[in-house]
This record gives sequence, structure tokens and C-alpha cells, in this order.
Amino acid sequence: MDFELSADQVALRHGIRSLCEGRFPIKRVRAGFDRGAHAELAEAGVFSLRTDGFGVADAAVVFEELGRAVVPGPLVWLYLANGLVDAVVGGLEVARRRPPWMVEHLDVLDTLLVVDDDGVQSVAAGKVAGALPVARPLDPLTPVHRVEQLPAGELVGEADLVARWRLEGAVVTAAFLVGAAEACTELSVAYAKERRQFDRPIGSFQAIKHLLADMLVRAEVARASVHAAACTLDDPDVGDVTRAVAGAKMLAGEAAITNGKTATQVHGGMGFTWEVDVHLYLKRAWALDTVLGSVDEHADAVAATVPG
Amino acid sequence: MDLRYSESDEAFRAELRSWLARSLPELPSRPSWDDWAGRRRFDTDWQRRLFDAGYAGINWPREYGGRDASPSEQLVFLEETTRARAPYVGVNFVGSLHAGPTIMTEGNDEQKNRYLPEILRGDEVWCQGFSEPGAGSDLAALRTSAVRDGDDYVVNGQKIWCSFAHIADYGELLVRTDPDAPKHRGISWLVLPMDTPGIDVRPIDTVLGSSEFCEVFLDDVRVPVANRVGAENDGWRITQVTFAFERGTAFVSELVEARRMAEDLAGLARDPAHRHELGHVVAELDGVWALTKRNVTRAARDGSPGDGALMVKLAYSESRQKLGDLSVRVLDRSALDIDNEFVVERLRTLALTIAAGTSQIQRNIISERLLGLPREQQWTSS
Repeated sequence: MDFELSADQVALRHGIRSLCEGRFPIKRVRAGFDRGAHAELAEAGVFSLRTDGFGVADAAVVFEELGRAVVPGPLVWLYLANGLVDAVVGGLEVARRRPPWMVEHLDVLDTLLVVDDDGVQSVAAGKVAGALPVARPLDPLTPVHRVEQLPAGELVGEADLVARWRLEGAVVTAAFLVGAAEACTELSVAYAKERRQFDRPIGSFQAIKHLLADMLVRAEVARASVHAAACTLDDPDVGDVTRAVAGAKMLAGEAAITNGKTATQVHGGMGFTWEVDVHLYLKRAWALDTVLGSVDEHADAVAATVPG
Repeated sequence: MDLRYSESDEAFRAELRSWLARSLPELPSRPSWDDWAGRRRFDTDWQRRLFDAGYAGINWPREYGGRDASPSEQLVFLEETTRARAPYVGVNFVGSLHAGPTIMTEGNDEQKNRYLPEILRGDEVWCQGFSEPGAGSDLAALRTSAVRDGDDYVVNGQKIWCSFAHIADYGELLVRTDPDAPKHRGISWLVLPMDTPGIDVRPIDTVLGSSEFCEVFLDDVRVPVANRVGAENDGWRITQVTFAFERGTAFVSELVEARRMAEDLAGLARDPAHRHELGHVVAELDGVWALTKRNVTRAARDGSPGDGALMVKLAYSESRQKLGDLSVRVLDRSALDIDNEFVVERLRTLALTIAAGTSQIQRNIISERLLGLPREQQWTSS
């Protein structure tokens, strides 16, 4: 057992962090996802990790960095669909949901992958009719269209693909959420050291310090859990895959949402402004909690793995 | 990054599992919660069995009679003993997880030879003498004094929350040897033989009723200077060594136990709201277990679990309490019996966020040491 990043994974993390810092500074991130961003991320190998021979644990390292930089786009679907559909793809989960369908990033997509319990249908994005853009999407970096009816698609994967995507997609989404939770901690710690009230940094007050300590611990527990789930997917003999993945997505979603809210609180009035980046993390966390299983759904999924 | 136990870990697991299967049926029946003489007998008997089989002091170096097991073997040991519902460390807690490791690190050869084998065999039981009525979270404010008189210290003062003092042979005692030094600099760490004249031990009734906690009154108690571990006035640093062990490793067995209890509770929880919350707590405990595995990897790589141990303590204790809250609701009116396994656990675990550094103190340490935040300014009277 060696439950730490390997030297290769440390190098991978470093490479992706450099990419994010160099090519996806917050100013560009705020401009949203486009074909240029897609091309650069594809060029860096972010989407082809699996076909290039990397494991899920490696992908978790990459997506954690993307989350820290709150990079926008249908990143998880692009990662999952690599090698299956050669296009700019997005995903839409329809199982146990009803229209109107809330379709993300529709304007940038070639193909929309519609995921139901029994398979994946490929739909040409241009054939999606009557799509109404949501004027003000919750996450400004995740544009959404309302769609009443989806055109018939072409079956590109069966139930076994859906099952694999739900596990692997949940883990990389969870990794992204962990990165977001960590970034919220870092933004808040930096602000608490710099912001002065009552002639001292607010980070010296226990009322603030304890919030920050909890943010750190919450993210670290979630991070260990995500890495454990990724390792279990890479080597299913070491544990219960379903329980590990559900627990990881639950903890990561909770960490990102709670840290996003706490970061808002620590930033005071500034945390409530559009200018400060904190809201981008919180809004993405809420958006990603609706993807590949929510905190609530995964709590139930974990419980289902413990014999009653 | 992987979670696979090595072949030698698995061989160790198989050997241990078969020993447990043979040994546990031979154990006498467990004494009741408040039968302290019986609990000492039972727990030290178990310690002796572990010793005879080569499993005592699993993490102790071989030169002190331990097994020198790798960190991953220690995890295997905890997983298997918990799965088999083997007895907990019990009254051997302070000796094997607290005082023993401290003496191993900071004691002289004579002290190591004198105390460590007895702890390992379960022949001697230790208690703790750190906190005082006026020195809890602010432990360095302790006032129990030790004044040199020839080859002895003459000790006077009062200790509280001394686990197992009423059945212990020795105590790890923090005393003030220099009243004029700054508070962290005048403390020494002594071995206190509990049969020394002048010691008055009074058990404390807790929310559970009877408990392992005692008050200890020290009235002109003569302790040989040779019983001092480490240099005079260096006791605060030595105490930090003790705490590093306590916060680093002592909670791992509790965590494994909590995961087992969660699975037991699952057998009782039917209400969907309870099941939902159970899933939540199980995921949290699984996450803390994953963090523990990370710490174990760090300990194997560089000899110390690192900062992760602080986080495990804080996160574990709060998740455990959530599990306890849930168990009381699941039990409904069966919870009106304190001797129900879950109820006694719920009450006992109220102390988890207080003992060994309150959660508030843990957050101070984490925010200052790990996040680099400034200390809160002292209140000053103007």
C-alpha cells in the first residue's frame, strides 16, 4: 500500500497546474468555455487520459487541478466519451428526471450524449430543436438551454457503459469538486491574513480560524476519499467500488458546497460581490452536485451498501 | 498511489486471523462496565495473551520486545482484531499508547528496561496525571509542584481526569519544577509509583456513572529524582512527544471500532431518513479511514504521520458523535437503557471532542500550524 501520489502523479499534477496557471487564469476562465479552450485542453491530453493509458487515480489528479482553477466546460463528458465519439461532446442525464431538459454548453457542442439507465444515445447538437437559452444561468460559466423534447439519437453504448461512466464520471467530478473546495480554503486563508479589522488581521480571531481549519479538514477528508475511490476503480479487489465512489462524490460535493459558502462568509461583504471569485466556485459546486449523483443520492447509495 | 496490501501484509493477516479464531473462544466472560478490578484482570490477561503470541506492542521496536510491525501491518492488526471483536486495549491504554512510547523515545536505558517489558506483558498498568482543575486546555498552566529534597522531589498538588488511577501501578505525572520560569519552561515529566504514601485517589462519577477517570491528590509525595524522564524543566517538550503519539495513533483503533458500530447500527436502522443519515456518516468514517491510510503511507515514508493526524482526530470525533446521535434515534425508546451498547457509546463519545485536546484547541493548532494564521492576541487588563 502506497496511498500517496507517485512521482509520476506529482509530475502530472505539476504539469496540469502549470497549464491552468498559464492558459486558464481567472480572467480567461470568466470568459467561459469555447472551442479554443477545448482545443488547448485536448492538446494537453486532459480528455484522452484513459486512451493514453492513465488510470482513474491519474485522472483524479488532473481533475483536482482543473477544479482548483474552476476551468469551465463539459470536461467530465469529454473525458468519458474520449475514443467513443470524436467531437466536442456534452452529456445529459435523463434517468428519473422529466423535461424541460437543462442542457449545458449546447452552443459549443457537436454532439449531445443522452444518458439513461439502459444506454447512451448520441444526438447531433444541431438537431436539438426549440432550445431556449436560460438568460441568467446559476453558474455564469455553465450556460444552459431549456429543451422540451429531444430528437431521436443513435445508440452508442449499452447499460454496461452507463454503469462504468457513472462510477468513473462520479470520481473525476468529485476530484474537480475537491479542487474547488481546496481553492476556496486558499482564497479564504489569504484574505483572512490580509484583511484587517479592529487593528489586526481577521485571521487571528478564533471565530474565523475555526472556520478555516474546518475547511481544510473537510477538503482533506474528501480528497483522501476521492483518491481511495479512484484506487478502488483501478484495482477493484481492494474494496467495495460502489461504496467508495458514492462516498467520495458525497464528501466532495459537500466539501465544495460548504467551503464555497464558508469562503463567502469569511470574505464578508466582498464575498457577496460578482468581482470576488468565490461565487464561481460555489455555483459550480451546486451545478456539479446535479451531475452523476447528488450528495443526497450518494448518501442513500452508501447506506444501500451496508447490509440492513 | 494504490491501496493494495502487500503479500507479506496478507500473510500476516492470515496468521493473525487464525490466532484470533483460536484464542477468542478461550477468553473468560467480560466483566461489567464498573467492575474495575475485573476489568483490570480481563484487559491485562488479554495483553498477556497478545504478548505470548507476539502481538503485543505491535508498533514497538523489537529491542523493547515489540513486533516492529510496518504501518500497514498495524492497520491489518486493527482491521482483524475489530472484525473478530477482540477486546479493546482498555486499561492498558496509557501504558501501551501513551507513557510507553514516551519512555521509549525520551527515557534512559534504565527506565526503558524497568518499565517497558512490564507494560508489554500486561504486568503493570499506567494512569495519566496531566490535567489539573486549573489547567485543562491551558495545560502548561499546571501548578502541581515538585521541590528537590536530596534524591527526591517532594510533590504537592491535584490532578484530574487521571484515567485508570484507581487501578494503576504507575502514573505519568507532569509537575512544575521551576515556578519562576515562563510557564512552558518549568515543567518536568515524572514516573509516579501509585503506592507512594501521600497519594489519595478519588474516582469521578461521569455522565456514564462510574468511570475510568479519577482525581488524584498529592500531599508531600516523595518521588525519586531518578524517576524523571528527560531533563529537568524539559517536560513540556516531552509532553508534546506524548501527544504526538496520542493524537497520531491512539484514535485509529477507535475509528475502526466506529466503522464496525456503523455496520451494526445498519442492522437496526429501517426508517429511510435514518438510513440516509447512516449512509452519510458511513461515508464520513470511510473518508477519515482513507485519510488514515494516507497518514500511514506518510509514516512509512518519513517516520511520522505528519499533519494528517491532527485532522483525523478532529474529523473522527465529530463523525463518531453523529453516529452516536443517530443510534439514539434509531433505538427510539430502547435508548432509555444506559447499558445498551449504543447508548453507553453515545455517552462515552461525548468526551471525544473534549479529551486529548478539545476540538476548539485542535482547530487553533490546525489553523496556526497548517494554515499559518496568526495567534489570537492575548486579552490584557488595562
